[in-house]
Amino acid sequence: MTKSKILEKDRLKDFIDELSKENEVLAPIKTNNYFQFKELSQGEEISLDYQNTKQPPKEVFLPQTEVLFTYRTDEEEIKIKASPSQKEKRVILGIRPCDARALVLLDRFFSSGDYKDNLYLEKRENTAIIGLACNSPLSTCFCLPLGGSPFGGEGLDLLLKDINDKYLIETITNQGEKLIKKVKWLKDATKEDEEKAKTKKEDAENALKNALTVKGLKNKLDSMFEAPLWDQIHRKCVGCGVCSFLCPTCTCFDVLDEMTPSGGRRVRIWDTCQFPLFTKEASGFNPRPSSKERMRQRIMHKFNYFPKDFEVFSCVGCGRCIQACPVNLDIREVITTIMAN
Amino acid sequence: MAQIQDSIREIAEKLLKEKKVDIILGYEKGTLPLRTTPCFVKNPDDVAKLVWNDCCDIPLSKYLIDMTQKAGVIAKGCDARSIVVCINEKQIDRDNVVIIGVPCQGIIDRKKIEAELNGKEILEAEVTDDRVLIKGKNFERTLQKKSYLSDSCVTCKHRNPPVSDIMVGEKVPEQDQKEEFAEIMKIEAKSPDERWAFFSKELEKCIRCYACRNVCPLCYCSECFVDKTMPLWFGKTNDVSDTMIYHIVRALHVAGRCVDCGACSRVCPMDINLRALTKKIEKIVKDRFNHEAGLSLEETPPLGTFKLEDTQEFIIE
Repeated sequence: MTKSKILEKDRLKDFIDELSKENEVLAPIKTNNYFQFKELSQGEEISLDYQNTKQPPKEVFLPQTEVLFTYRTDEEEIKIKASPSQKEKRVILGIRPCDARALVLLDRFFSSGDYKDNLYLEKRENTAIIGLACNSPLSTCFCLPLGGSPFGGEGLDLLLKDINDKYLIETITNQGEKLIKKVKWLKDATKEDEEKAKTKKEDAENALKNALTVKGLKNKLDSMFEAPLWDQIHRKCVGCGVCSFLCPTCTCFDVLDEMTPSGGRRVRIWDTCQFPLFTKEASGFNPRPSSKERMRQRIMHKFNYFPKDFEVFSCVGCGRCIQACPVNLDIREVITTIMAN
Repeated sequence: MAQIQDSIREIAEKLLKEKKVDIILGYEKGTLPLRTTPCFVKNPDDVAKLVWNDCCDIPLSKYLIDMTQKAGVIAKGCDARSIVVCINEKQIDRDNVVIIGVPCQGIIDRKKIEAELNGKEILEAEVTDDRVLIKGKNFERTLQKKSYLSDSCVTCKHRNPPVSDIMVGEKVPEQDQKEEFAEIMKIEAKSPDERWAFFSKELEKCIRCYACRNVCPLCYCSECFVDKTMPLWFGKTNDVSDTMIYHIVRALHVAGRCVDCGACSRVCPMDINLRALTKKIEKIVKDRFNHEAGLSLEETPPLGTFKLEDTQEFIIE
């Protein structure tokens, strides 16, 4: 791989301009009081001085509402029109390592088994990901115990590491190398720069060492489906979908047909196991009738079922659900309670 | 505050010990600064978990719906009003609930504080009578509490629970509210196009998580209209046409019932100004029926009652 490069912070705009020559560039933009990944317009300046986006970048690949096809009917025939596919090359700049790692989990889900989800995979293939390492993880972060790192490169093509007045750019994949080679004016990193980045990494990882204990969690849950503790854990849950809809690893969706006499469309929308309708059957029977079963599903899926299929937890420890839960139902407490059981 | 907290614990212990209630619904310390979390106490030995502070923001009456045990519930002015509405609407059995009323001087909206910190994280917070001291990595700030109260607390007219079984602490003076609907009047003064733009901008942020609905003490339908699928009543996407219908219909469903606790706006992860809808409807109900919800156990719902003197200027001959 290419040697690490150095990007002076005051040349970030030039760097983005270089990327924009051949790609659409998405980056965290402050809208309202929070950051969201948005497409940069020509000449728009950004600052990478942010903790994390309100919603994960999952939305870029798995939009909350995605039209699968539209159709029109007349007396003779039904005309179906597939949605245009994502052909443009894109770069997402400024993804945090937890969110990039979540995309790797999403990839496994959407490409495993007999069925490949082309809508998702196409967008992934055409998008390069440039990460931003976390020098100062939040108090709600717990990526490290779950197998990630605030300086982790999983799911990334390039990783920017903030070393005071400049970014050290680590090349992780061939796609990243292709990108970085086009920005000819970047200088090579010195040994001193590398050292600085190393220290930042150690500091950040040290801060997360005791964030949570999950050793043996998957096996423990094997025998806990009927455990009485679920009666307690769900108690204060109000059954909204904030945790799922801000989650970088949740993948569940619903497919709807919106019909009028002259045509309509088929859309897929996000869904969540926290909603009553999620498992309601056509007969009216609901195998997960209360928030107890629904909450258990969320925990079991992330920490038992998914690891059984893919050998990794389906939670990256970004902490969004902790920050946004209306009733402060903290997933770390849930895990700690399970571990202590 | 500390005295009220002590009294709440004493009352809770007494009610549980004397078996006047099976369970106490209150608040305990949250896992993050400026947060509390709902707390269910069954054992009198556990009452020390109960806290009372300016961050006790979640309406607890929601948990009373369908509760078979007899419960004692901590209730601020707005919370007591929502319990009253639920009792009047036969969703909570009056005999099954002991309302422990607590006069309230407003709760803190942490989102207002966070909005000023430019992404910096609050790691510690201490709230005094008039100040909020916050600390984070490399910063410390002292804020005037009254500037960071929830919007619904700023315009609140019923800080003392109008109905309760036990009152904790002294009554607090009610606020003079000449400006209660000032924000709504600003929106009313806009042209239809500007209003459309305003509401579109707010509601296009919606991610259909239903936190507003699920935390609302008056949204208790066992099956919400948005969950009807056979046939599908409303679009379920996050296109603004669908999110707008959802929020408008929800606001209409709480017409004459909403007590403006402000929980919907506070819990919205996308910071949608939902009170712009609900407060407007509250204003219409006040103007048209001179009704404020949840003030008495004898009141009848304005939209469920017919009176000969009801205005009917909307009937066009």
